[in-house]
Amino acid sequence: MSFVLTCPHCGVREVADFAFGGEVSTRPRETPSLRELSQYNYFRRNVAGVQREWWYHRSGCRTWFQAERDTRTNHVLRVGLPGELGAAT
Amino acid sequence: MTRLPSQAGERIDRTQTVSFTFDGKPVSALAGDTIGSALYAAGQRTFSRSFKYHRRRGLMCCAGHCPNCLVAVDGAPGVRACTEPVREGARVEHLNATPGLELDAMAVMDMLGGPFTPPGFYYKTFIRPRRLWPLYEWVLRHAAGLGRLPERQAERAWRTEYRRRHADVLVVGGGHAGLTAAIAAAERGADVVLAEEGPEPGGRLLWEGGHEQARALTARAREAGVEILCSAPALGHFDGLVAVWQGDTLHQIRAHQHVYATGAIEQPLVFAGNDLPGVMLSGGAWRLAALYGVRPGTRAVVASTCDRGLRAASALSELGVEVLAVADARPTRSTQADALRAQGVEVLSGWTIVAAGGRRGVQSATLSPLADGAGDGAQGGGVRRLSCDLVLVCGGEAPATALVAQAGARTEYDPARGHFRLAELPPGVSAVGDLAGEGYGQSAMAPARGGATPPTPDVAASRGKAFTCFCEDVTAKDIRRGVREGYDSIELCKRFTTVTMGPCQGRMCQLSSIRLMARETGQSLEQVGTTTARPPWSTVPLGALAGRPFEPAKRSAIHGAHRELGASVKWAGDWRRAYDYGDPEGEALNVHTAAGLIDVSTLGKLLVRGPQAGEFLDRLYPNRLSNLKPGRVRYGVLTSDAGRIMDDGTISRIDAETFYVTTTSSGAGAVEQWFSWWLADWGLAVHLSDVTQALCAVNLAGPRARAILARLTDADCSAEAFAYLDARQARVAGVDALVMRIGFVGELGYEIHFPSAYGEDVWNAILLAGQSEGIRPFGLEPQRILRLQKQHIIVGQDTDSESTPFGAGMPWAVKLDKDEQFIGKWALARAAEAPAETALVGFTLANGHVPTEGAVVLDQHGRAAGQVTSARRSRQLERVIGMAWVPSALAGDGQSITISDNGTRVSAAVLTEPFHDPGGELLRS
Repeated sequence: MSFVLTCPHCGVREVADFAFGGEVSTRPRETPSLRELSQYNYFRRNVAGVQREWWYHRSGCRTWFQAERDTRTNHVLRVGLPGELGAAT
Repeated sequence: MTRLPSQAGERIDRTQTVSFTFDGKPVSALAGDTIGSALYAAGQRTFSRSFKYHRRRGLMCCAGHCPNCLVAVDGAPGVRACTEPVREGARVEHLNATPGLELDAMAVMDMLGGPFTPPGFYYKTFIRPRRLWPLYEWVLRHAAGLGRLPERQAERAWRTEYRRRHADVLVVGGGHAGLTAAIAAAERGADVVLAEEGPEPGGRLLWEGGHEQARALTARAREAGVEILCSAPALGHFDGLVAVWQGDTLHQIRAHQHVYATGAIEQPLVFAGNDLPGVMLSGGAWRLAALYGVRPGTRAVVASTCDRGLRAASALSELGVEVLAVADARPTRSTQADALRAQGVEVLSGWTIVAAGGRRGVQSATLSPLADGAGDGAQGGGVRRLSCDLVLVCGGEAPATALVAQAGARTEYDPARGHFRLAELPPGVSAVGDLAGEGYGQSAMAPARGGATPPTPDVAASRGKAFTCFCEDVTAKDIRRGVREGYDSIELCKRFTTVTMGPCQGRMCQLSSIRLMARETGQSLEQVGTTTARPPWSTVPLGALAGRPFEPAKRSAIHGAHRELGASVKWAGDWRRAYDYGDPEGEALNVHTAAGLIDVSTLGKLLVRGPQAGEFLDRLYPNRLSNLKPGRVRYGVLTSDAGRIMDDGTISRIDAETFYVTTTSSGAGAVEQWFSWWLADWGLAVHLSDVTQALCAVNLAGPRARAILARLTDADCSAEAFAYLDARQARVAGVDALVMRIGFVGELGYEIHFPSAYGEDVWNAILLAGQSEGIRPFGLEPQRILRLQKQHIIVGQDTDSESTPFGAGMPWAVKLDKDEQFIGKWALARAAEAPAETALVGFTLANGHVPTEGAVVLDQHGRAAGQVTSARRSRQLERVIGMAWVPSALAGDGQSITISDNGTRVSAAVLTEPFHDPGGELLRS
């Protein structure tokens, strides 16, 4: 894996600057069933295509942001601070 | 030394000599020579012994493509002699032959091998008896191989660096097309990098008579600002990053546009004896003669399928090599063939080579008309056997598509040219020159268009070995065997026979093995397809990939004082820490009897501020923190949403909107990341500052701690005014500090946090003030003894990724009745209902054995059911103590557990409350 990512604050940087936070998931709002809890804790969609994911600019401004990345090509389509990208597709 | 007369464009400097040794014997070379050209000029014909059959191999490609000239230089194996420049005093040695290159005992494999050693023979043969496997492995590992790494290498004898380079355009390949593309881009203002695997740009212009043009283009490129990297092979294309290895630097080049100009690779022909020393690619012999002035042979036979081989024959003939005959596989005569005839060379159209013979090197070549009978087949009728010392072969060319395929290009079979050409390029990637089938304009230097598809040998008829893969000694017959055993797809056949998997990475064998597959399976080449091109495309030492070894060390601001005190310093995560000051058990004891001081600056430190800071912490921790009163401290354990322990530490409330959070030393970064992640998600009115590096922290502990602190501060240190779990802002030794009364080590103690700049001042002031009270510094190891006496856990030592606060004996750290849907709440609620199978408890041992951390705890049936996480000898308690995960049934006070420690079994008694001061009176005193 080797690509560049655009930090909303700092601009284009090598991916090694960042920590990966996994795909964006929704934490249950109310007490979940065991199945829902296990889904949330342990299951990922792991799509071959564009996915919304969390990134942390660890070696930079230490900001968490979200990116839409094509997992097949590592091409990053959009980045934004939480809430900026609108509803997940 | 046999050299041709001086020629324009040669790379050697005949006025300067360089000497090196080959297998201990001195060799004289000219400046500009490669090891290969110098050895060849000195008469060396055998350069290596082959991988499996230990056959003699000599120079073949002279371009760094084939594996035939692999040698060791100064102890480093896997160096290609044909491209490695000579260096004064270099120690060159052969590989893979014992006792020597000329007399190789394992050459017997060539006699036995073949029928008895087909691909996969050792998987099938060396099965029983199983106890002999180590012997088989030893024998096979020594029989096959491409050299041995040195057992030891001087530390940092070879330092390597990474270099990151961002450019507008990267051009891979510095031949005519690459240079032209680089110039065009740079002259339009682009920032261009050009990577060339050879020592100078120019590609085949350099030996095909265009050296002046090559040098003019290079000069123009430099003038236009192109950064030219020479002796710099590209290794692979990774998501837009191209790795280029150049000496001790690995360039990681990222460009907006990639131009591949990697050229086309001349292909060998498959016939019996096609690996004999003296059988060379036509271009290899041409390079040897034109660049290094070395006569490749005196009497040559040429076999070609296209004009490329004929051009080489013509050039070598002009240089004085007697060309006896040229077998041209094409039935009709090209203009190049006519030109050769005009030079007085016999050209046999519709003929090819069927065998090369000779013992130490090639002595004869057998030519035969092609079966279809077209061309000059009728001329001589049968077969012709010619005595010679050089056979030049050219089986057409294959575009070097591997790198551009890694970039995402697709290839397809081109029946007109008999090779796989580029069919589709990804965006931002272009291909030029021979790679794209373009050539470079001048008709004399056009690419080998309209060549004949090389005849594929009838393997049943051929006597002697006809190699398709020179790296791994795979013959045409081996491909047939592979297909017959059912490996009938090219990817399966590759894995079974290992064809294309050697150091040449398919340069010499991919096309010929596909042709053989097509013949054996009755498929078309398009149906057979190609194998996947994988990095690295060029041979690279692992050290170049490793880069410079970075081992960043963190040191506390007090580190210098520890060194002065004679601390033994060890790694603790990323930190260099004082493990002890020479007497760990004594240092621990002194904390009980007088006082001790430890540097705990490594703790993670976070300031959490804002109107919603309390709510934020209530959502993160399983216990309640919003109701913590200013000036008080509370312990907290952090859990994940799966209810597992992530970290622990203390939370002090400074004022209504400010909390000061400490974390474990190793968890500091992860907790900061965790907090800021949830903050980003929740968007609460909270500001987070990581002050880990900004503040130092020391822990002053022991019965005399209060008296010592009182000497350093005006604050009221009485037990009433400064009680257990109080946090006070005070000046200590003249420095503003936050002082917390907490007790990790189990005695009256104060954790003092203050700006790092005063680190050594405060440390020294406390030691000085405590001198009369008997204070001694203590290190990490005594702290571990002390905390173990209290059964205070260390996250990561006593817990793992499966541990919950319930299993770890800390149900009091979880408040399930909190309203907040705090992190871990739902999983912890379930864990609270279903008791854990194992529990973390203390244990004590009567005898003197200290169990190894990780020793197995057995259940009632003698099965492994838990493990020891910590164990120490305590001088204070005069016994061995520890903590272990044990089956819940055995987790009660007074239970006996059996520990199996590397075969030794010991019994221990369970104790769930602290060994030292179980009631906590000392902490509160």
